[in-house]
Amino acid sequence: MEKLSGAEILIQFLKDEGVEYIFGYPGGAVLHIYDELYKQNYLKHILVRHEQGATHMADGYARVTGKPGVVLVTSGPGATNAVTGIATAHMDSIPMVVITGQVPTNAIGSDAFQEVDCVGITRPCVKHNFLVKDVTELAATMKKAFFVATSGRPGPVVVDIPKDVTRPDLRIPYQYPAKVSMRSYNPVTRGHAGQIRKALDLILSAKRPMFYTGGGVILDNASEALRELTRLLGYPITNTLMGLGAYPGTDKQFVGMLGMHGTYEANMAMHECDVLIAIGARFDDRVVGDVKKFCPEAKIVHIDIDPSSIAKTVKVHVPIVGPVGSVLRDMIAMLKEGDRRPDADALEAWWKRINEWRSMDCLKYEWSDDRIKPQYVVEKLYQVTGGDAYVTSDVGQHQMWAAQFYPFDKPRRWVNSGGLGTMGFGLPAALGVQFAHPDATVACVTGEGSIVMCIQELSTAKQYDLPVKIINLNNRYLGMVRQWQEFMYEKRESHSYLDSLPDFARLTESFGHVGMTIEKPSDVEGALKEAFALKDRLVFLDFITDPTENVFPMMMSGRGHNEMLLSELCKNRELA
Amino acid sequence: MRHIISLLLENEPGALCRVAGLFSARGYNIESLSVAPTEDPTVSRMTLVTSGSDAIIEQITKQLNKLVDVVRLLDLTEGSHVDREMMLIKLKAAGPQREEIKRLSDIFRGRVLDVTNTSYIIELTGAADKLDAFIEALDKTSILEVVRSGSLAVGRGEKSLRL
Repeated sequence: MEKLSGAEILIQFLKDEGVEYIFGYPGGAVLHIYDELYKQNYLKHILVRHEQGATHMADGYARVTGKPGVVLVTSGPGATNAVTGIATAHMDSIPMVVITGQVPTNAIGSDAFQEVDCVGITRPCVKHNFLVKDVTELAATMKKAFFVATSGRPGPVVVDIPKDVTRPDLRIPYQYPAKVSMRSYNPVTRGHAGQIRKALDLILSAKRPMFYTGGGVILDNASEALRELTRLLGYPITNTLMGLGAYPGTDKQFVGMLGMHGTYEANMAMHECDVLIAIGARFDDRVVGDVKKFCPEAKIVHIDIDPSSIAKTVKVHVPIVGPVGSVLRDMIAMLKEGDRRPDADALEAWWKRINEWRSMDCLKYEWSDDRIKPQYVVEKLYQVTGGDAYVTSDVGQHQMWAAQFYPFDKPRRWVNSGGLGTMGFGLPAALGVQFAHPDATVACVTGEGSIVMCIQELSTAKQYDLPVKIINLNNRYLGMVRQWQEFMYEKRESHSYLDSLPDFARLTESFGHVGMTIEKPSDVEGALKEAFALKDRLVFLDFITDPTENVFPMMMSGRGHNEMLLSELCKNRELA
Repeated sequence: MRHIISLLLENEPGALCRVAGLFSARGYNIESLSVAPTEDPTVSRMTLVTSGSDAIIEQITKQLNKLVDVVRLLDLTEGSHVDREMMLIKLKAAGPQREEIKRLSDIFRGRVLDVTNTSYIIELTGAADKLDAFIEALDKTSILEVVRSGSLAVGRGEKSLRL
């Protein structure tokens, strides 16, 4: 058998594993690896401008493909810069393998140049991590890393590799470890049939049922099964921020997103339902609000692959631990075999009630002839892209407006940092999406606060000709912070105003892209059409929007789903 | 309520940190924790004493099970078990105190391990509350050092926590 060095083993392993892209940044501790990357042309290495960008790009790639994103960074600051992106992926259960260089094994612990305890620093924000101390362990450890990252509830795995492990003169035989088994790690592969039957009985006995589904449905590619079950039963369904697209956003059974900025109808239906079917969702605080006021009348079924997600914050009546796809398919089979069907009369009355809530049209906003309304930009984005774009977002008001006004009909189309809420995520994630789907339309909905946090990746976009479209909703404020300050701090706008902003159009042009500034509502649609017609160029659309606009409805923290704050337009309606 | 959780861990560097880090990151209590390799050098056995409501204990066991290095886990408090802790205690023992301390140690079935003109080291093994009771019975001013192992526990009967 041919003998390979550690660096050669790593590259050969990644090929054997079917990896196509590596997002990375070189440095001292990974130079042996970079030398091997240079000698081959199968793996495509994407040179980012900051390690945070690498992790978000790999993350965006993973979210739209379902394949693990792969990152390669150096020791010390390379690793610490990657931590935000690793934590982002961890909170949203995104499969990712992050290879970090480390100082040579004999220097570990000596405070060597560019040394950090990478395994220690990343331990709380990874699914698992490894330090490879000997080249003979490298291939098997890499295999374990990919297995752990992609199986069960996915997540990021860090592999820390000291420089001497990859050195060129230390050579050993290599064979791709096709199989892996870990006695301490055995994710569940099927749900318990008895529990599924029990759940189905409860679901069929419902008078006011409600589906509440999250990112787990998308991660397990279970959208088809979810759609079939929901349609067979005719029940209303809401998706979490992470779960948008799992069920078609334009379908009549879909009542919109739920939670802090969920629709009136979704939140009210949560509050009044008698059976809640939670699937691949984790009862996040932004979804639940006050635990004591959560779904006061409901019996709860919870399907999740992660046992620790079940009963973490909310008590459930029928827990099912298993992959949501297989559990849903089992449930559909049981439903079809049996004679029992939902209570049609009760369901009709329930839909009548939901449609009353729906008629409030809780997302409507006031039109203005002279100030661009951010909601209007997202609505027009939807129209211009035919509702079929990949949309990434950053974090804040624009994220909520994108979620509210761009209904997604397909899974893996909406890419955002829902769990960690990482500003700076949107642009690099959009680039990762474009790598995965070179011919697709990719839009990054962002704000002037978020976009500057990873703006350097405009340079990466230029190097690799990535024609993403950046929709900057520029209100000169950290809008969500300002909104909270307006509602909760008597309008004391402490450090939420962003002064001294760059001219984004010119800034973008300096990176070699196209920049546009749009100040009038009447120009919004034309600008979007013009930008999306430029198929091979990155276009930065800087929309100067109304700085006073707030996101409604809003369920303030500590409140229940029936205690939403509504816009002025809807408040009047509610009184009437 | 107090729970004794027994774990078999992969004998990997960092495995202990993962367990300890989990408790601090999620704000769970650790009363005591003891860990050592077993007859199988690839696994370590950990005995962890914690407390919390039923819901918290449920989360603790689930979160521990989720750690990739945890091979097996058992909440011993759910069944009948034997629970022992060892203490080494160094006491000032001079003059008339010496007899008194020796007598007390005998009552608690302690063993004197080291004697000088002015001090004793006593070894005492038993349930945690027995060790507490011994300390309680001593004159506080005579205590120089207390070293306790934390609880070690094992379930009764043939049923075992093993690979």
